[in-house]
Amino acid sequence: MRVLGTVDHGPEEGRGGPRLGLRSSLAARAVVAANRVVRSARFGQGTVVGGRVGLAIAPDLLRTLSMDRSVALVSGTNGKTTTTRLLAAALGTPGAPGLSSIPPASNVTGANMPEGHVAALCERWSPTAVLEVDESYLGQLVVATDPAVVVLLNLSRDQLDRIAEVRLVAERWRTALDRRNAGGGGGGGVTVVVANADDPLVVWAAEVAPAVVWVGVGQVWDEDSVGCPRCGASLLRAAGKGWRCARCSFARPTPSVWTDGRVLVQEGGVRTAIDLALPGGFNVANAAMAAVGAAVLCEPGAATDRADMTVGCRTALAAMREVGEVGGRFDTLDWRGVAVRRLLAKNPAGWVAMFDLLDEAEERAGSVVLAINARMADGLDTSWLWDVPFERLQDRRVVVATGERARDLAVRLHYAGVDHVTAPDVRAALDYAVGRTRGSGAPHVDFVGNYTAFARFPAAP
Amino acid sequence: MTVDLHLTIVTVFPDLLGTYGDRGNGMVLARRAAWRGIDVSLVEAGSAERLPVADLYCIGGGEDGPQVRAAELLRGDGVLARAVEHGAAVLGVCAGYQLLGRSFPDAGGVPCQGLGLLDVDTVKGPGSRAVGELLAEPSPTTPMLPGGVRLPPLTGFENHAGATTLGRGAAPLARIVRGRGNGGPDRSEGAWSGRVVGTYLHGPVLARNPVLADLLLGWAVGSEDPLAAVDDTEVDTWRAERLAVSTTHRRVRWLPIR
Ligand SMILES: [Zn+2]
Repeated sequence: MRVLGTVDHGPEEGRGGPRLGLRSSLAARAVVAANRVVRSARFGQGTVVGGRVGLAIAPDLLRTLSMDRSVALVSGTNGKTTTTRLLAAALGTPGAPGLSSIPPASNVTGANMPEGHVAALCERWSPTAVLEVDESYLGQLVVATDPAVVVLLNLSRDQLDRIAEVRLVAERWRTALDRRNAGGGGGGGVTVVVANADDPLVVWAAEVAPAVVWVGVGQVWDEDSVGCPRCGASLLRAAGKGWRCARCSFARPTPSVWTDGRVLVQEGGVRTAIDLALPGGFNVANAAMAAVGAAVLCEPGAATDRADMTVGCRTALAAMREVGEVGGRFDTLDWRGVAVRRLLAKNPAGWVAMFDLLDEAEERAGSVVLAINARMADGLDTSWLWDVPFERLQDRRVVVATGERARDLAVRLHYAGVDHVTAPDVRAALDYAVGRTRGSGAPHVDFVGNYTAFARFPAAP
Repeated sequence: MTVDLHLTIVTVFPDLLGTYGDRGNGMVLARRAAWRGIDVSLVEAGSAERLPVADLYCIGGGEDGPQVRAAELLRGDGVLARAVEHGAAVLGVCAGYQLLGRSFPDAGGVPCQGLGLLDVDTVKGPGSRAVGELLAEPSPTTPMLPGGVRLPPLTGFENHAGATTLGRGAAPLARIVRGRGNGGPDRSEGAWSGRVVGTYLHGPVLARNPVLADLLLGWAVGSEDPLAAVDDTEVDTWRAERLAVSTTHRRVRWLPIR
């Protein structure tokens, strides 16, 4: 069953909602209880252990917890946490037309595998859920949650020593969406796929779905989609004209919604400004994908009706202005009297997007602290540093290499011709950059870390 | 030493064999040449164009499908084989190493014809995938620098499922201290013959092992003398850190995609 449109039964936390079977409700209680124990004991954020307990008691818990909700899934290599946050913000605005006043359930801490999804869905009941999904779990989630919307952002190389080739991920997405198409999915409603028309691998995966809204938000990184996913020939790209295969008919689909700078444009010419508190062109893209996802979820006709799409996107974009940071990304902290902006980049595409963001600043001479770790969550092999165009930092005044793998980065910067200082201790690196910035007139220091380097940003100087 | 020539370095098909940062090898070679005043150009040659004639070729790692395609293209136009005949140097890494050999497995384990520029054969290894830091010592068969200078230990990151056997025409590049390398009982890593070198090491291997980079550069410029020294302070610090880690670190299991 799906719940679309206004929902006004407002159950209290942990109570209302559907009647779960005895086993499932027992499992759901165990999830919440276990996660509370984890949190109170300060073992962690409390989103994984409980989920594991619940799935052990009731393996189909994800399915039962999703049954009465409108679920949106968000996946892709980059931007999925931010897009999930923006989409959740769009759905959670009280009084917005077509939306529930109850905020959606969402895995806000970024625990994007089934344990995290179970935990998010157990915490409290809500008519909607917005779930960030690890790329390799998307198929499983599509089957289990019978989603109303699947938002597919982009696919590029990430964590070489852990995750298999990106083309294989696209192939698995395609198989999952195709199987659903053939009736292999759960509840039987139509799943609308909101897909980035500018990413050939995303298009390859999404084109088999019966209902797709193509959104043109650009592609930061095209080196993982040089070949045609259908026939293997080269993809031809022309500025402003998208891409097409040199041999077969595989080509960029015509989007019904796209971005033009910081404006959302619809087929037919309706334009809506994308005003965000979040910086960066890539967040304009994330917001556009989230807005279309929200519109499809809340305005039942949006996938086919332009006026519904306009209303849905406008409402969603207005709500997104409230989002100023996402799990610490893009926020600004004080470090010994100087503002430090924290940014996260996990893979070559993410770094390119971050360099674009750094270049947007008027003061290009600002100091940059780059932090690299190589733990399991980051990928143990740092070879990817050589796919990142660090040459773009050549004219920066202060570049500091830090983190547990500062030496790997330092050598990369050496060969890139970037003047830099190496300080493996993050506090020392920040002290140095802040010292060079204080009184220089630069607005702030930018700190860019990969996954665990970002997460381990020091609490205080 | 005076070097009066134009050096062309080609990174072969980064669109097919470029998923492991191995393009860094070409970047390292070009920089190290330029620092020495050698007139050098670095070409990243995509698979859609004809492979340019060059003095030094770098072939990187990649997945099974693109590896088969790359081998077909390289066998088809014969540019690489002719360049090797005329004295060009070649570095092949991982999938690039395997396709330089006589045969290598496709995704289904079916043998494919390689270029035969190295007398090696690769099959799918029996066990789990080899993933982790690798450390290998040069052996008596390892090529030497001008003046009989031996290579220092090789460090890098391996990530492959291949088992490579050397024929009589190829010699091991090094002997494994830690890691899997070629995967045979002889504990060898990589192979070489003439001016063709193959290795399982990413990192990229020439960033991690600048002396190996200089060995290849020396071959490419045809110099009998050692190349001029360059500032390797940062590389040496990094190498020391990696060499220390590779003797202690715990190797990990490959996590298959679900
Ligand atoms: Zn094609």
